[in-house]
Order: sequence, then C-alpha cells, then structure tokens
Amino acid sequence: MPYSRTRVVDVLFKPLTTAPYEILRKTIQREKKDVINELVDSGLRGRGGAGFPTGMKWKFAAQQKSDVKYVICNADEGEPGTFKDKKLLCEVPRKVISGMAICAWATNATKGYIYLRREYRYLVAQLEEELRIYHEKAKEMGLNFPIEIFLGAGAYVCGEETALIESMEGKRGEPRNKPPYPIQNGFLGKPTIVNNVETFASSAMICRIGAEEYKKMGTADQRGSKLFSISGDSPKEGVHELELGMTLEAFANEFGDGDTKAVQVGGVAGFCIPRKQFKTQIIGEGNTTGGSTMIFNSTRSMYNVLHNYLDFYAEESCGQCTPCRIGTQQLLKGIEAVKSGLKPPSYLDQLIKLSETMRITSKCGLGQSVTNSFSSIVQNFREEMIF
Amino acid sequence: MANNINLTIDGIHVSVEEGQSILDAAKKIDIKIPTLCYHVDLCVAGNCRVCVVESVGRNNLIPSCATPAEEGMEIKTSSPKVRRARKDLMALLVSEHNTQCTTCYRSINCELQQLAAEYNVDNDIYLSVLKPTAKVDKSSWSIEKDDSKCIRCQRCVRTCAEIQHVNALAVTERGRDMKISTFMHLPMNEIVCTNCGQCITHCPTAALTERRYYDEIWEAIDDPDKYVIINTAPSVRVAIGETLGYNVGERVTGKMVTALKKMGFNSVLDTDFTADLTIIEEANELLVRLKKALVLKEKVALPMITSCSPGWVKFIEHMYPEHLDHLSTCKSPQQMFGALAKTYYAEKIGIDPSKIVSVAGMPCAAKKFEANRPEMWDSGFQDVDAGLTTRELGHMIKQSGLDFFELGESEFDSYMGESTGAAVIFGATGGVMEAALRTAYVVITGRPVPFENLNIIPVRGLEGIKEATVKFENCVPEYKFLEGVEAKFAIAHGLINARQIMDQIVKGESPYLFVEVMACPGGCIGGGGQPIPTNDEIRKKRMEAIYAEDMDKPLRMSHENPEVTQIYKEFLVKPLGEKSHHLLHTKYRKRNRY
Repeated sequence: MPYSRTRVVDVLFKPLTTAPYEILRKTIQREKKDVINELVDSGLRGRGGAGFPTGMKWKFAAQQKSDVKYVICNADEGEPGTFKDKKLLCEVPRKVISGMAICAWATNATKGYIYLRREYRYLVAQLEEELRIYHEKAKEMGLNFPIEIFLGAGAYVCGEETALIESMEGKRGEPRNKPPYPIQNGFLGKPTIVNNVETFASSAMICRIGAEEYKKMGTADQRGSKLFSISGDSPKEGVHELELGMTLEAFANEFGDGDTKAVQVGGVAGFCIPRKQFKTQIIGEGNTTGGSTMIFNSTRSMYNVLHNYLDFYAEESCGQCTPCRIGTQQLLKGIEAVKSGLKPPSYLDQLIKLSETMRITSKCGLGQSVTNSFSSIVQNFREEMIF
Repeated sequence: MANNINLTIDGIHVSVEEGQSILDAAKKIDIKIPTLCYHVDLCVAGNCRVCVVESVGRNNLIPSCATPAEEGMEIKTSSPKVRRARKDLMALLVSEHNTQCTTCYRSINCELQQLAAEYNVDNDIYLSVLKPTAKVDKSSWSIEKDDSKCIRCQRCVRTCAEIQHVNALAVTERGRDMKISTFMHLPMNEIVCTNCGQCITHCPTAALTERRYYDEIWEAIDDPDKYVIINTAPSVRVAIGETLGYNVGERVTGKMVTALKKMGFNSVLDTDFTADLTIIEEANELLVRLKKALVLKEKVALPMITSCSPGWVKFIEHMYPEHLDHLSTCKSPQQMFGALAKTYYAEKIGIDPSKIVSVAGMPCAAKKFEANRPEMWDSGFQDVDAGLTTRELGHMIKQSGLDFFELGESEFDSYMGESTGAAVIFGATGGVMEAALRTAYVVITGRPVPFENLNIIPVRGLEGIKEATVKFENCVPEYKFLEGVEAKFAIAHGLINARQIMDQIVKGESPYLFVEVMACPGGCIGGGGQPIPTNDEIRKKRMEAIYAEDMDKPLRMSHENPEVTQIYKEFLVKPLGEKSHHLLHTKYRKRNRY
C-alpha cells in the first residue's frame, strides 16, 4: 500500500561508527552466492534511473567466464535536477567504494573505475585520499581490486552505460547496439558491471543491515529508501532520503510551497505529473527512480519548461541515430511553430506521435525517454502550449 | 560448427547460424527490409533505424541489422507499427535533407530518394531542419562534400576507417550540430585524404561525389581549335554499361568507343597501351634493382612496389614518407599516356601539342588529383587535362542523346590504341602483378610463365593480401644471377591491407621482391569512380569480365604489343632510357600525417 505521508529515513548518510571498511571486511568472509542472493532478495533496483534489479545484474556478471572483469561506478550525474551522487561522494565515499569492492569480490571482477563527470573534478583530491585508505585496507584483507578515477568530458549521453564505456575507451561517447550488454561485452570487450553511485552505496548498506531490515522500507514494488534531489519551487530544496512508495500528494505536501502545479519526476527523462494526478501517482512506480524531482508552482509556464527540456535534448543527443537527432529538433521547432501560429494546435498530436516513434525506434534511453516529459507536458498543459 | 538458431519472420520459419542478424535471416528467405546505414562491406552501425522490425513480445522495435537472431523469435517486418515508424523515420531524414532532387547528381541513384518514394513520404509533415550553414566543399581536386545532402549514416566514416585506414572523415559535434567532418574542419584539400573515392561509392546520397569536369570537356569538344583526346582505362569498359542500363559485368568496349567518337572526341585511345608500356618499364626497373641487390651488392629498396594507383601513392606519401624509395618510379598509365599524348602522339599526327586537350576516362577519383599534381607537366604542358570517372563518362553519353544499346562496335584509334590482355587485367587486383610476371618471366628465362593459358590463378581473387612464389630456372645468360631464385610476390588491395605490407617493410621483415598495391578493394574495378553500388558480388562480376576480355585478346603479354615495340624504336629508344626517364618516370614527395 502506498502511504500518504513522506517518511524521512537516515540510512545512506548515517555516519559509520565502525573502523574503515568494516562492512567490506565482514562481507567478504561470507559466501559470495549468499551475498548476491541477499541483494536479489532486497529488491534493490538501479538508482541511476533505469531501475534494473541490481542483484540480478551482479548474478549475471558472476556467471560470466572471463579472467578480466570491470566494475564501473557511474558518477556522470548529468540528469537535470539531480545532485545526490555528488553529496554521496562528498560525504560518504567510503560506502560507495565499499559497494564497488563488494560487487567486485562477489563477481570476481579485477579492476574498478569511478567515472566522474568533469564538473565534479574538485572531488578528485578527496576521493584519491579515500581510495588510498581503501587500497591499504584491501591489501590487509587480501582483496586485489584496484580502483581508479576516470574523468568524463561532460556529455549527458555518457551517463548511458555503453556510451560511458565508449568514452572510457577514448572514443566518441555514443551508445552501442545492444545486445551484447556490458555484462557480456563491456569495457575493452570484457564483462563490465556499471552501477550508479547510490546503487553501490545502497548495496553496501544492505550488506550491513541485511535484506530483511532493508525490505521493511518501501512497498512491494519499490523496496528500500532512496535519495531525492529536490529543486524548483520548494522551501526545502536539497537532497532528502525518503522511503519509497509515497504518493505525489504526500511528496508535494511535504516539499512544495503550497502552490504546486506539477512535479517533474526523474529529471527531463522522466514524467511531468500534474496536480490532478497527485493522489494516484506514486513516485518510482511507472516513472523512473533517478531521484530528480523538480517542483513547479503556478507561476511557471510549462511551455518554457518544455522548451528548455527540448533545447537540452537537441543539444545533448549524441546525434548518431535518426529518431533522436532529428526528432528532438522537430519537437523543439514544432512547439515553437504551434506557439507562433505557424502550425495549427492539432500539430501537437502529430508531435506526440513522433515522440512515440522516437520511443520505439531510438537506440538508447535518451531518445526513448523524450516522449515521457514531452507527452506528459503536452497532454496535461495543452492550452499553455498553444496560447 | 556453429549452433543453428530457429526463428520465424512474417510467419515463415528460418534457420540461421548463431550470430547472424535478423536482416541476414530475412535475406535468406527473400524478405526485403529497407536499410540505409547498412553496407555489406562495412561493420554494422545501426544508426539510421530504418531497418527496424517488430519482435513479438517486445514493446520497442529493434534494428534488424544490429540485432542477432535469437531462438524462438517471432519477427514482423511489415506490421502497422513498423510501417508507421519507418515512414516517420523517412520523413525525419527528408526533413534534414536538401531535397532539391531535380538538380542532384545522384538523382535516380540515391538510396534516400528511393526509400522516400517507396514510403511515399509527405514532405510537409515536418519543418525543415536543414542547416543553413551546411555548405559544399569543392576544395579538393577529386572529392566534393555537400553537407546539405548528408544523412549521417556514417558509411563514409566506416569506409575510411575500415577499408582504407585513413580516417579522413569523422563524426564531429553532437546533437543537432552533429556532422561528418574532417580534422579541425579543414577543407578537403588540406587534410590527409588519399582521394581514393571509396567514401563516394559507399555514400547512399550525393553528400560525397567526385568533382565533375564534364562541362569543361564539352566546351573543349565544341571548340574547333582544340584537339580532344580521350583514353579509357581497362576497368571502365566492364563497368560503364551499368550506368547505361546493362547488367553488371557486361563488356561494352566497342560500343563505348563508338559513343565517344560520336560525341566528338577527336581521338579515342586506350590507356591499355600505356599499361603495356608500364609493364615494360616497371619489369626492367625491377630487374635493375634485383641486379643491384644480388650482383653488385648495392643497397636498394626491396620489395619494389607498384605505383599505378594514385590513392595508394598519396597514402604512402602521407603515412610512410621515409619509405618512398620502395615505390616504382614509373608513372601510372594515365600519366604516361598524358606525357606521350602531347609529345609522341602530337608529333605522329602533326598537331600542335598546345591545342591538345588530353582527357582520361578512369574508374578512379584519385586520378583527378594525380592529373593536377604540379610535377606532371613533363610534356611542357599539363600532361592530363582532366580525369573523368566512369560515372561522369556514363553521364556524358546520356547527355549526348545517343541510343547506346543500338550503337555499333568500333576499334580504338591507332597509335596508342593497341593493347594486350596483360594490360586489360590491370583493372583487377593482382592484374599488374600477373602482367608483370608474364613479361618478366620471358625476359628472364626466354620461356612463357609456367601457368596454363598464362593465367596466374594465385594472384587473382578478392582476398585482401595474396601471395605467389615463382622459381626461376634455366635463365638466359644475362639473368643467370636469378637462377634457382624462389621469388615471393604479394598483392594487396584496400589500404588497410597495404598498411600491413608496409608495416612489415618498416620492421625489415618483408619477404617479398615485388608487391602490387591498389588503393581500392578489388583493384580498379572497385574504384572510387565506378558505378554505384559496388560490393563484392559486383566486384566479382566485373573481375570476370576483365579476365574474359583478356582471354579474347590475341596478344596477352605486354612485350608483344606491336605499338609498344614501335614507340621504343621511333621515340623512346629503350626502357629506362633518357626519354623514358623524362616522360614516363616521376618522383614522390614526403607529406605530413596531420
């Protein structure tokens, strides 16, 4: 059952009172199989946005036969309106690194990378220091899993795991054809696990508190807690850790300014939920779990909001596939044309159809998810698009 | 033995090997799926999305070229969902395209135009997003790049990387600004480009075309003061038919000659003549080098490498500037022809060489650049005034209004019109090697090369690098130093293969004495100036035509060409003589890699 009041929890940022890398030390004394099964049991889903079950990913990776496997922490946090990974890396990098090391140990991975977006490069010195401690401790534990920092060049699309891998290989950051998936054929052709920063931190916490305890949070569909980057017309902007499974009404009541018109859930790749759907919509169900929530009050023009999104997309598409490269431009030009009267209001329906074509034909999640924000805004705020 | 995968496509069961794509499977049962970014020569990109199909049970459509067939898949290639999506994608591509098809060089032979017509794309659905900044780059002698016609399929990029390993073209920028461009967006004449033109033959539209010179040629033909000579390369006669409605691999030599004469060319001559001449010069050059190496123990560059392919020559100048001494100093047949046309030929027919316009009909884009090399003025004039591609010649024949099918057959004009089968096979990879061996073996041993019908089969075919070994026995006294030598030869086509040969040479590990390199896959028959499309199936057919033309020739060894004997007697005196040195040989220059 969804609940109608937000439940603030403190799992991910809670300071650890034990010795450094105690979670890691304890975990690697267990059976690898048990740890993976515990993660499967916890119901943890990828916290980057796509929501793939993390335990399953690790399980498949463990089954891959290869002398070399990679673990990559995706810290290319580029979704507009999200800034939770930065906070994690700033405040509790140890949990993130522990998660990576546990993942490597459980899946027999040999080398790790933190793919850090270049805008976060001021974190490098701090992370290097943490990695130094980690490498010392890992040596004591007999764990041979070195981790390096890799600085991305700042393209939004490089948050897509295969584009991220391409960019690490020194190529243009363009998504690959799937299959094969990174689990089978990733960085330098080797099996590669790419997880979000928060996913690794959550994995470490599940190892510490156990799946049973973790599962108590959230609902049947959405287990555990999640960080929300809250921005926009909110008196409580910032990163908040909440139990999953709340309705948008609960969310808006807690974080809105009392005049909330719509909430954009999941960044520009997510959905724009209008007030009239607040009661029925649950954050994280049917929409993405990236954690970006932007709150708009009644002073905001949804046309401007959408225009801003589409401009972003037309710029950040890698440009290789037809529907995404041209489709994003057409949507942008299209709403401008309707607004200016060059095209009739019915053209919006044509554009919604186009965004649907983009969803079913684009190569990666970027082009596939444009329709989420586009159709949810155009359908719910149609008059704002026209007048 | 790979596992077999069973699936159904449009209700038809099909079984393919593991790893094959859905597109492969559909081809097997003759189901046509439209494609744009896909090309059999290249790796799969999966970026145009036109080949999407529906896999039952999956919400999103999947690209059939890039998705391996899976057991039990149920594929629909023409469901309403697929048709609608495809039509939408085509409309998008058209909205980004310069749609002035009526004035386009590739009109009627454009993959985008064809698909847009098939799907009856409504031009008005979407607003044009064609960049006003997209411009035409006409800076190169050989290749024109028109960004307004580009559909970003990246076939050119993959061609330049995978077939030629030159990487002159690459994807730049992102999103709406994404385009195919050059290093630092430099103009085409300033970049490391071999002008091979493979990007042109792999381009689905007119974004990449050869720079066209036929208007200038018509002007020269119409000028009564000018005497216009054309010589056509061996591989033109087996391919030009394709541009005029003939099947692939049909030879139209005689008709082509008739057409060119009717169009007003004053002399229609044969590049094959200078191909024979090239063999005489090059075989002698090789023997001199071998003698220096084996008898005089001098340091000479071996293996010697052919220099007929101007794309290859520019490649080695850029990529291996320290190893240019391996190149034969012989000019290509086109340039030998040009130098002789304005000297020997002008004298023979009594025309002032300043009035001669020398045109070459070539399967090649790089020949245009070669004709404009500043060192190619040995006759006192620009030796070759213009190089035309097979496609341009086909266009000119159409413009002339001739009914090509009904034309009778004619012979090439005399003086520099006679040729042997050895010259004809220059058009296929391995041909120069075979022609050289046919002559060299006779020179060295006094007997014809020991292969049935003179057909040196090991040097033929489409394998990237081919090898042959010939043992010289019972040599004539002059070449006793080659007695018992087992000479190894290699043939490479496609510059990525040439690179392998060169890397061996750089390491000092090359086991060969003589190497033939052609820039384009398949040799000239697959050249950058040949009709589009070109793929291995078509290359094979053109190749068969070349070898059939060879078998039809009464003379099949270059040194038997009576006109060649005559020109040495009357003009050149002897191979590698002073006149040859002046007119038929050239120097190379070191070029930058960036």
